[in-house]
Amino acid sequence: MAPAAPRTGEAIFASVERVNAELFTLTYGAIVRQLLTDLEEVEEVNKQLDQMGYNIGIRLIDEFLAKSNVSRCVDFKETAEVIAKVGFKMFLGVTASVTNWDAEGTCCSIVLEDNPLVDFVELPDTCQGLYYCNILSGVVRGALEMVSMKTEVTWIRDMLRGDDAYELQVKLLKQVPEEYPYKDDE
Amino acid sequence: MAAIYSLYIINKSGGLIFYKDYGSKGRMDTNDSLRVASLWHSMHAISQQLSPTLGCSGIELLEADTFDLHCFQSLTGTKFFVVCEPGTQHMEALLKVVYELYTDYVLKNPFYEMEMPIRCELFDINLTQAIQKDRVALLGR
Repeated sequence: MAPAAPRTGEAIFASVERVNAELFTLTYGAIVRQLLTDLEEVEEVNKQLDQMGYNIGIRLIDEFLAKSNVSRCVDFKETAEVIAKVGFKMFLGVTASVTNWDAEGTCCSIVLEDNPLVDFVELPDTCQGLYYCNILSGVVRGALEMVSMKTEVTWIRDMLRGDDAYELQVKLLKQVPEEYPYKDDE
Repeated sequence: MAAIYSLYIINKSGGLIFYKDYGSKGRMDTNDSLRVASLWHSMHAISQQLSPTLGCSGIELLEADTFDLHCFQSLTGTKFFVVCEPGTQHMEALLKVVYELYTDYVLKNPFYEMEMPIRCELFDINLTQAIQKDRVALLGR
């Protein structure tokens, strides 16, 4: 039997290698700034950040699975809890909470009270359409895709836009079956 | 002394992305190792379908007269397996270590392309260390 899956990421966070949070925040800021210069359009920057996040997510999921000892989740509810409690803690050092479930249990919100990406950030008037943390939604989407869940991840609330928290809506579109779909009679 | 003969990593579509042999026994040329990898991939998939237990995750251990084959499949579909002397212990733990090394030194390498053959020096170095450490641990018992 696999060891019981951890309910929090505290222990893992303590054991993995870490970098200085300010260095991380400033580096991310520099990336976003450079993207704004290069791509000029805010909408394009959002797209690019999401794509970058996706590329990170499809690789990062394996590290998460290897180091967290999380085993297969029974349903999407458990998956969301694990992302919020273990995933965010392990990689960002913050814990998120899961709320706003819809009736079918396929759509929920992950709410971040604290977000290290935005520590020194104010959005200027010219960047009002920017989802500054769009990289995070890409990461979640990419990671879930590698464990056969197609999702759509969007920002609902963003403190940089004057809301009171960061809210990430995760919507399960389709669960791709893991069996080999090679059937002769189909 | 228990010995590890070889180590394989196969990507989720069954392609061999890493192969390394240790010692003289069971050494294979490139074609044979590719064949073993794709054969194992298919057998693993068939075993999942044939298994009477629900939610079976495939063969974990194959015991033969002359070797044992231990397999670990990550939830993302990458398979790691070692071929070793019959009765070698702690192979599950070793495979977990190899998986961690893979996430650290292969997936975090920006020049590594997903699903492609692994050519990462740091991975090789750390893998050799892990396997040697394992051998020392086994000898020290």
